[in-house]
Amino acid sequence: MPEAAVRIRDLRKTFGAVEAVAGVDLDIGDGEFFSMLGPSGSGKTTVLRLIAGFERPTAGTVELGGVDVTGLAPFDRDVNTVFQDYALFPHLDVLRNVEYGLKVRRVPRAARRERAVEALRSVRLDGLERRRPGELSGGQRQRVALARALVNEPRVLLLDEPLGALDLKLREEMQVELKSIQRRAGITFVFVTHDQEEALTLSDRVAVLDRGRVQQVGTPAEVYERPATGFVAGFVGTSNRVGDVCVRPEKLHVEIGDDLPGPPGGGRHALGTVAEVVYAGAVTRFVIDLDSGDRVVALQQNLRTSSTDVTRQRGARVRVGWEAAHEFRVPSDAVPASPAAPAS
Amino acid sequence: MTFSPAARIALRVLMGLGLAVIYVPLLVVLVNSVNADRAFGWPPSGFTGHWWTRAMDNDGARRAVLTSVKAGVGATAAALVLGTLAAFAVARHRFFGREAVSLVVVLPIALPGIVTGIALSNAFQVVLKPLGIGLGLFTVIVGHATFCVVTIYNNVLARLRRTGANLEEASADLGADTFQTFWYVTFPALRSALFAGALLSFALSFDEIIVTTFTAGPGAETLPIWIFNNLFRPNQAPVVNVLAAALIVLSIVPIYLAQRLSSASRGVT
Ligand SMILES: Nc1ncnc2c1ncn2[C@@H]1O[C@H](COP(=O)(O)OP(=O)(O)OP(=O)(O)O)[C@@H](O)[C@H]1O
Ligand SMILES: [Mg+2]
Repeated sequence: MPEAAVRIRDLRKTFGAVEAVAGVDLDIGDGEFFSMLGPSGSGKTTVLRLIAGFERPTAGTVELGGVDVTGLAPFDRDVNTVFQDYALFPHLDVLRNVEYGLKVRRVPRAARRERAVEALRSVRLDGLERRRPGELSGGQRQRVALARALVNEPRVLLLDEPLGALDLKLREEMQVELKSIQRRAGITFVFVTHDQEEALTLSDRVAVLDRGRVQQVGTPAEVYERPATGFVAGFVGTSNRVGDVCVRPEKLHVEIGDDLPGPPGGGRHALGTVAEVVYAGAVTRFVIDLDSGDRVVALQQNLRTSSTDVTRQRGARVRVGWEAAHEFRVPSDAVPASPAAPAS
Repeated sequence: MTFSPAARIALRVLMGLGLAVIYVPLLVVLVNSVNADRAFGWPPSGFTGHWWTRAMDNDGARRAVLTSVKAGVGATAAALVLGTLAAFAVARHRFFGREAVSLVVVLPIALPGIVTGIALSNAFQVVLKPLGIGLGLFTVIVGHATFCVVTIYNNVLARLRRTGANLEEASADLGADTFQTFWYVTFPALRSALFAGALLSFALSFDEIIVTTFTAGPGAETLPIWIFNNLFRPNQAPVVNVLAAALIVLSIVPIYLAQRLSSASRGVT
């Protein structure tokens, strides 16, 4: 493995009685798009602030490019941050905001102007150099924050829910853009989000955090298909418990009818009744009470069905099938926090 | 809220009366400063600029104005440094007794001036006299600074609370050291708050009389004290009137500016 851009060992941070980070180890590779995913209060921001140097850890070390920076101030660390609220300087125009990092590092005026203009072009903001942050839209501010960080060519860029304040459409646009900027610049991204879809689509690897601990680190596919703990299974996507195994909703195949033919060879199946059915445009969401007592959620693509058909299927008898390869097991002490917990 | 027409008229009359009680006497002072009648007979028999020229030529008055300006500038300068530091400590750091600081800083302006005056006068006698420092301009500045600090402290604290620490963090994140962060980010955000606080502070110092009485030696006669001393000398009455009128005009300007600055939502750059 190439030298880690960020290496964290047994990192801990307590605020009074709250243990925000409770022993975290992470190795983030050079040029990697690495996400930290977790519910509110799981310690994502605190880990980021520890990497940036805004907080001193209670214990543990932070290394950047193989150098221990645990005791260094933020301005002595080769990382830059895109803050959730952007934290643009309101009294400086866009160009001066972007130039700021170069100015305090005493880059000559002509050179820094050139680089700032270039950075603004790379986030498609040329022409807005003289605006104040107060005169920009949310998406434009987000880009300024990004340009302000990127212009310094940091080894590592930390992003704390950078798209959280944007509406859905803009967020999807910016996701694509972030990813392409990261690939072009070859910078390591440490990306914090509580949006699992965002984490899965953008990242090379994802760390799932809960209560200050890393629950699992892996590629999006690993985390989704083979969750290591019940928490991960419940937090990343929905999971159904069928007997003593779990299956994802989209892996279930629903067949409707009273006189179903025998089960296809090799697959698993169970019979049940449709308790609830919701038409959601591209997919239909079935909530099915299995005869075994488990309640499962199944997603079916609307290949042929339309909204008028599906609503008539409430109460219908169904057969639910899946493949053995799609089953996964999680430690039984932690039941997945599925919204479709068995009804009493 | 809605009022009946009668209640509305009554409220307007009451408000008019209230304002009249405050502002008519001030107006009288202004008019009298150009009243041609030596005994300030009313209505004025005519207008003259004579009293203003006489006031300008009055040595004692000129010296007093100068002393007051020096005291105001000195006290404001001290308050700027102390008030800003205290506000920073309270807004940006955690330490034992942080909540008590506000009380301690604000108390001097609430205490009766005579108490502060006596306390300071005693303290100066005990501490400064053995060092060979008598009552004078310096002690006046110290005395005024005790209550001027509040205006700076409150203005700066409010501004720091509103701007939060995240801009300073962003600055440090971009590589600025502590001094650069203060100069490029914190100070611009504070500038208008500091200016507003300084104007108020200067105005407070300029018209202070009670604490000044106890802390000024014979050599440091501020304008209010000079006015008070000359108030009952019939010979000086016209000059006193002119000075009072000048003070009214001079006080309105900084208060007006300070109010506009503190209500402006963003710092002036
Ligand atoms: N400065 C602080 N003082 C006290 N407690 C804090 C402080 N910062 C964070 N915490 C606590 O530490 C825990 C982790 O907070 P953190 O901000 O890291 O969570 P997060 O995962 O970023 O959550 P979110 O998704 O809501 O932003 C929380 O319980 C929080 O209340
Ligand atoms: Mg957070």
